Amino acid sequence: MIRTEEMLLNVGPQHPSTHGVFRLVVKVDGEIIKEATPVIGYLHRGTEKLAEDLQYTQIIPYTDRMDYLSAMTNNYVICHAVETLMDLEVPERAEYLRVIAMELGRIASHLVWYGTYLMDIGTTSPFLYAFREREMIINLLNELCGARLTFNYMRIGGVKWDAPDGWIDKVRDFIPYMREQVKGYHELVTGNEIFLNRVKGVGQYTQEEAIQYSLSGANLRCTGIPYDLRKEQPYSIYDRFDFHVPVGETGDAWSRYLCRMSEMEESLKILEQAVDQFPEGGKTMGKVPRIIKPPKGEVYVRIESPRGEIGCYIASDGKKTPYRLKFRRPSFYNLQILPKLLEGENMANLIAILGGVDIVLGEVDG
Amino acid sequence: MKWMNELLASEPASSNLFTFILITMPLLSIVLGFVTYAILAERKVLGYMQLRYGPNRTGGRFGLLQTVADVLKLLIKEDTRPKQADRALFWLAPVIAFVPSFMVLAAIPFTESILFADFGVGLLYFIAISGISTLGMLTAGWASNNKYALMGGMRSAAQMISYEIPLLMSLIGVVLFAGSLNLVEIVEQQQYVPYILLQPIGFIIFFISATAELNRIPFDLPEAESELIAGYHVEYSGFRFAFFMLSEYVYLFAMSALITVLFLGGWNPIPGLGFIPDFIWFGIKFSIVVYVFMWIRATWPRLRADQLMEFGWKILLPAAMANIFLSAILKELFF
Repeated sequence: MIRTEEMLLNVGPQHPSTHGVFRLVVKVDGEIIKEATPVIGYLHRGTEKLAEDLQYTQIIPYTDRMDYLSAMTNNYVICHAVETLMDLEVPERAEYLRVIAMELGRIASHLVWYGTYLMDIGTTSPFLYAFREREMIINLLNELCGARLTFNYMRIGGVKWDAPDGWIDKVRDFIPYMREQVKGYHELVTGNEIFLNRVKGVGQYTQEEAIQYSLSGANLRCTGIPYDLRKEQPYSIYDRFDFHVPVGETGDAWSRYLCRMSEMEESLKILEQAVDQFPEGGKTMGKVPRIIKPPKGEVYVRIESPRGEIGCYIASDGKKTPYRLKFRRPSFYNLQILPKLLEGENMANLIAILGGVDIVLGEVDG
Repeated sequence: MKWMNELLASEPASSNLFTFILITMPLLSIVLGFVTYAILAERKVLGYMQLRYGPNRTGGRFGLLQTVADVLKLLIKEDTRPKQADRALFWLAPVIAFVPSFMVLAAIPFTESILFADFGVGLLYFIAISGISTLGMLTAGWASNNKYALMGGMRSAAQMISYEIPLLMSLIGVVLFAGSLNLVEIVEQQQYVPYILLQPIGFIIFFISATAELNRIPFDLPEAESELIAGYHVEYSGFRFAFFMLSEYVYLFAMSALITVLFLGGWNPIPGLGFIPDFIWFGIKFSIVVYVFMWIRATWPRLRADQLMEFGWKILLPAAMANIFLSAILKELFF
């Protein structure tokens, strides 16, 4: 009789497939995972505590660093929270610019996910294809606000910069191009037998489990629940656009893949309408007091980020700085189901499941 | 090549030692030259398929000296060894992986006149020797005293067991048709019709198993950089790492040459184009095979270990057996 023993394996924090500095302590029997314990906090910067000493406008660049793949959505959630608390009006042109920037960001974020996920599965080519298009989006956003990753674009009551001349036309030209590319991605990957084998039935959970674990975004919609805050609780001007919420059926990595792929197409639909409806002229900043001092009170707003429901809670005591600031960071919540999903899987599936959740460590650690 | 056979049959002595070294040098330099430029070509082909340039700085526009620079870098790198590693095995593993990869080259006939050892069981020799390399990977995985390396080593052992068998069985059809294990004779039998047309199933099975033997995508599980980081050679650095790298590409060379010999008719020209020299024909066919290997690498994801096993045992092995049966019937009826 050969004696076998369980092996304690540290996956991360320097492992290439953990998408940042994430550590998983797994107990493996051969290649079968018996137990997985996520260890987080390697990128913790204490954003929420720091924010207590910062004026509201100064918090915005900090949110860029949270979910750095879709910084626009993070910018929006803090601005939206303060605007709600102060009952500020945002000019229409600014709202449109925000929506266009956020949806471009959503596509860029999903592109990174698509590329890196396939890299995890073992093929490198789609990554470079996805990054070609992401580069174009980043360039567009760069023209808008002068930064490629940490945009710091939105302000309380509007946006910092108006779109440069011809920018809207560039976005308009980009939409049909991107549609073609999404078709190309499907041709490249979607029908591949090896890929289907790797993702079908992997990391499966039911609707009830998804709700119990408070999952959101594509991780929730892949089980068949059409829950998207842009539809459920329209913020900004999302009620003006016609789009539908893609849902999956099976709740496995495959349906999450399909969900995210069709979300890109839906975002393109929104972009198309936003570009067509884009108002001529108008201001980009609303009437905002020189010093932003929200009245005493609390507010909680939530919006749909590419990764799920991102929320911002502000408790204000009427001063220039918030008394308490709290973000509901979707990656953090989505990560909680991981130990349950990993039990009994093998090492190759670990990567396929972890990648399918789509986490950004800057957001998980806060 | 008569003198070569006489030489090989002669007793090893100090008088012919020098001759041995002298005649193997050209082959070694050809192979090393191939490896150097195969790595470059692979990077260029991958670059071309992935919307980028590939190496384009070192050695002119086409990065002709990139691999040379890489090898030099590996040579001057510190040779690290984990404290808890099994010293002897850690030292031995790259050698076990590397030596057989050069040994198999002796059996491959490049043209009628450029060949080194023309012996009766060339095919068997090739397969038997090439199986040893996996031991090197397993040893490396074990000796490194690293959990990821161990997993890579175990995977490579499991993979070898599952794919060596269909690899061998798919060849039996060819052997049946040719009636010989001698690689030169196998090529001569394909003067008019290459075996890829007579043995299409065998060819497909052989090609898949060869990809698995070479540890290339979609069968690169022992290295699986996204799962096991680098698998069995994760703890190796400097020139020991270069040895693994080298043996991988030498095998690519050997395997592509074997496929050319067994299925594509070796140096036989396409009828009517006989004026082109035979080594060029070999080169063309050989390059196509190498290119297909690179092409596959650029396009496919990686299989999972259990799927790999299932595919090997449940699909490839029965298919290979059916192929033997079918070949035997065809041989009995028509040849």
